[in-house]
Amino acid sequence: MFTIVRDLIRYNIEFAIGLLILLLLIGAVVLSFFSPYPAADIYVVPPDMPPDAEFWLGTTSRGQDTFWQLMIGLRNTLGFGVGVAFLSRILSLVVGLTAGYAGGRTDRVLMAINDSIMVIPQFPILVLFYFVLKDNMNWLMLVLILSALGWSYDARLIRSIAMSLRTRPFTMQSVYSGMSMRKILVEEHLPYVMPIVFATTMNNMIWSIGMEITLSVLGFTDVDTPTMGQMIYWANSHSALISGIWWWVAAPVGAIVILFVGLFLLSMSMNEYIDPRSRLNRMGN
Amino acid sequence: MTAYLIFVARRFGQLLLVVFLGISATFFITHMTPVDPVAETISVITNFSKADPEAIELMRKTLTELYGLQGNVFEQYISFWSRLLRGDLGPSLSAFPTPVSQIIFRALPWTVGLMISATLISFLIGNALGALAGYYRKSRILKIVSLGLIGLQPIPYYILAFILLILFGFVWPVLPIAGGYEMNADLTLSFSLVLDIIRHSILPALALVLVGAGSWLTGMRALTSNIVTEDYVTFAELGGVGSTRILRSYVVRNALVPQLTGLAMSLGAIFNGTVITEIVFGYPGIGTLLIDAVHAGDYSLVLGLASLSIVGVAIAVFLIDILSPLLDPRIKAE
Repeated sequence: MFTIVRDLIRYNIEFAIGLLILLLLIGAVVLSFFSPYPAADIYVVPPDMPPDAEFWLGTTSRGQDTFWQLMIGLRNTLGFGVGVAFLSRILSLVVGLTAGYAGGRTDRVLMAINDSIMVIPQFPILVLFYFVLKDNMNWLMLVLILSALGWSYDARLIRSIAMSLRTRPFTMQSVYSGMSMRKILVEEHLPYVMPIVFATTMNNMIWSIGMEITLSVLGFTDVDTPTMGQMIYWANSHSALISGIWWWVAAPVGAIVILFVGLFLLSMSMNEYIDPRSRLNRMGN
Repeated sequence: MTAYLIFVARRFGQLLLVVFLGISATFFITHMTPVDPVAETISVITNFSKADPEAIELMRKTLTELYGLQGNVFEQYISFWSRLLRGDLGPSLSAFPTPVSQIIFRALPWTVGLMISATLISFLIGNALGALAGYYRKSRILKIVSLGLIGLQPIPYYILAFILLILFGFVWPVLPIAGGYEMNADLTLSFSLVLDIIRHSILPALALVLVGAGSWLTGMRALTSNIVTEDYVTFAELGGVGSTRILRSYVVRNALVPQLTGLAMSLGAIFNGTVITEIVFGYPGIGTLLIDAVHAGDYSLVLGLASLSIVGVAIAVFLIDILSPLLDPRIKAE
């Protein structure tokens, strides 16, 4: 494991940059626990102060320190993404491994459901959820909904690997030595799909965080918890751009772009690690 | 040919399943929640005025009927489907008594137009650049352009659109940043109106193209760089076939089929992006309509928009899926 990471850092510049950004983000998350102000409190500092030595990223019109809001927002947004990724990975593993191993009717039924979820446009569904839940909409709920929508693509990927694993001799041997299906899937097949699961985690986080930001900016989530999207929501509702409080908008937008590029670089370099053909292409250059 | 017909029939079955599951999902989302739409609507109506209890009771009865909420869940489910199949989505509340379907069909051309043009442009640009980058792998310009487009690809639609809005609205205001046409435009068909509509669609389309092109580029570049190592391409090169012709008829033609399958698979995401981009630029399509409906508490309009999105995207995916094998003479549709 350590050598893999070391080699990736040495030979793959995308991975090195992605890892650096990830470490910075983790640093921000750790830092957020030392915030001098409670996250949801407003008017704790003078409002509308431009960035200076005391307030590194200025203050908002709601009297909050932009820097500390950003740190706490990053923590919540990342936590949200990790939560969705974790739950939806479990779903896609269960569906993908079962469908690939069982085959036949089970496979057809699971994949029919899978493909249906894949093509359904999610944004109107999410808006519909907000519309009927309104104030009952909380973060746990949103994590559950996005997990339920975000597993299908990766389940297909896992299934395609599981299908080839099924025909391998060691699976035969496990069957003949009387292992149960659950045991074969968890102990024999799971380790083979783990690299794919890690790579898809990054893509899933890109997707779920993007949705969170969009919904929050529109005010369709619990807007009292600071997240990246929520910061833009409040900045917009105070017309920060028109009144010249540009740092209030620039800070979250900049952080979001860095966050997404970092996640994307990691997912790209992991795909390359999994698929040796693209490594050959790199050598060809 | 029979194999193709069987393929189409099976895909049609899948289409029906998607529509059934999607519509059922919207039904159960709206009916399995603690929130009562009738009570919500009444509270919206009576918010700023006093109303007679009898009138409220009458209103409750009418609304229950309009929303198809009489009887138990199973009866409601049946009546929901029968109304939907007749194309009757009920009257809109915020624009009472205009039928929801009429409001949606007024917004639909904007969304469809924006989505089709942006998808076509990003598909063409992304695939063309991807093919070139995969074929001429040493070109530095192509590498830089690819890097730029790939770097934009993970950024959420909302944020990219928002950045464009800031750039072209505040920093360098050259393009209109809101609406689909000038406020006081004369809406009879004329050259200046068409020009105006195109000018207003540049920024929303640009946001969609910038996010979309990168993924086509990556896919096409990988496909192309695999195909150029095939024997028949080497053979054609040795036989003195021009590189433009090799690229066009030997490489791209082969690589395009999986890309079309990719288009069918990502159509739902593209639709999401279009809807979200519309919201940023206040474009008069389905996205803006959806948000307005949510803010106005227009129950039947929100439900109608969600159902229609599912049906529309499912049909579009079905069409791409059944048309793409026709482009590839090798595939006997399976």
